[in-house]
Amino acid sequence: MPILRTLLASLMLMVAGGFVLSAATDHFRAFTTETARRIEVHEHPVAVPDVLLETASGAHIDMAGFRGKWLLVDFIYTRCPTYCVALGGEFAQLQDRLATPLAQGRLQLLSISFDPENDTPTELAAYQQRFRNRGPGWLAARPVTAQGLGQLKRAFGITVIPDTFGGYIHNAAIHLVDPQGRLIEIVDMGNPDILAQDVVRSLDR
Amino acid sequence: MSSRPPSHFARIALLLFLVLLAPVLKHLLEASMTTQMLVQIPLLVSVGLLLARAVPARWNAALANYDHAGINGLILATLIMALWMLPRALDASITAPPIAVTKYLSIPLLIGLPFALSWPRMSFIVRGVFLLELIATFFRMGWLYLIWPDRLCNNYLLGDQQRLGKYLIVIGTILLLWVAAKLLWGRMDSFAETPPSPPQLAADSGARHLDHGTPG
Repeated sequence: MPILRTLLASLMLMVAGGFVLSAATDHFRAFTTETARRIEVHEHPVAVPDVLLETASGAHIDMAGFRGKWLLVDFIYTRCPTYCVALGGEFAQLQDRLATPLAQGRLQLLSISFDPENDTPTELAAYQQRFRNRGPGWLAARPVTAQGLGQLKRAFGITVIPDTFGGYIHNAAIHLVDPQGRLIEIVDMGNPDILAQDVVRSLDR
Repeated sequence: MSSRPPSHFARIALLLFLVLLAPVLKHLLEASMTTQMLVQIPLLVSVGLLLARAVPARWNAALANYDHAGINGLILATLIMALWMLPRALDASITAPPIAVTKYLSIPLLIGLPFALSWPRMSFIVRGVFLLELIATFFRMGWLYLIWPDRLCNNYLLGDQQRLGKYLIVIGTILLLWVAAKLLWGRMDSFAETPPSPPQLAADSGARHLDHGTPG
C-alpha cells in the first residue's frame, strides 16, 4: 500500500506545485521581472504618482499636469554611455515620426532622470541637444525630491543598480501613459516605427 | 557523525540559519547573482539537510509510508528548486520582504529537509536519474546564462550573469566527472543491497551521497 499512498501524494504534490509555479510565472508567461512588469501593467494599469519635476528649462511641472495628454516616458541619466544613448536617439526619432500629435499637444515625450544630483537642468538640456532635440514635444526633467524619485521608480518598476565603472545599469524601456494618468503599456526600445504606429492607434481610439 | 545526538544537528542548523539571516551577510551574498545562487541558496539547502538528522525516527517512519523509494521528497524538492531558479523569484527575494521570508523558509524546509529524508529511501535508479538530471540542469542553466544577451535579473549585471554561467558549467563538469569516476571505480550501492530498517534510516538520513550504505 505504500506505493499507492505515495502515488496519491505525488499527484497532490504535482498539482500543488503546478499551481505554485503557475502563480509564480503569471501562468507560465513571465520568468523575469521585466516580462512580469509588462504583463502586470498591461492587465492592471498603474496610476502614475503626482511627482514634482524640474525640466531642462528650469520650470517646475507636476506629473498630474500631463493629464489629458498621452505620454511616452523613459528613464535616463545623462552620463549614461549605453541604454540612454539609444533611448535619447529613439526619442529624437519619435519626434519626427509623431510630429503631428506632438504639435497638436495630444502627446508628450518625457525623459525622467533617476540621477537628479548630477542631472541639473543644464545637463538635461545638453543631453537633449546631443540628439538634436527637434524642439517642443520632448521634455527632459528630474524629480525635485528623492521621495518623488522613489515613487516614480516604484510605479514604473525601474530598478537602478551601480555598474563597475561609476555609472548605472537600469532596465530601459519606453512607457506609455494614457490621458487619465495611468501607465498602460511598457515596450522595448529599438522599434520606433512600430511604437509610433501603436501610439497613433492609441491616439485615434 | 551519525553517533552525535540529533539535537546536535538541529543546533548547527539553527546556527547556520541565523548566520545566513544576519543582514550584513544576507546583503553581501545577495549583492551578486553568483553568490546568491552558488553560496546563499546551497547554504540554505544545507540548513535543511542538517535539520533532517534531527527528525525523530518515528516521524520519519510515518513519512516513509507516503514516500516509497523517496519519490515524494524528490518531487517536492525539485518543484521548489524550480521555483528558485526563476530569475524573477531571485529578483523579488531581494526587493520584496515577503518573498525573502518565503525563500528563507522554503529552501531549508521544502528542499533540503525532504531531500535528505528521502535520499536513503531512493534506489540506485532514482539516485542515478536525479544526479544526471542535476548535472544536466547545471549545464542547461550555465549555457543559458552564458549566451543570453540580456540581463535576466533586474538587480544583477550582465557580467555577473555570464560569470555565474561559467561557474555552473564548471560545477556541472566536476559533478559529471565525479559520477563517472564513481561508476568506473567506486562503490555504487543499490537499494536492494541495503534494506534500511527504520532506526538505522533515521540515523543515516542526511546529506550523504553515493557512498552511503554497506561496503562492497
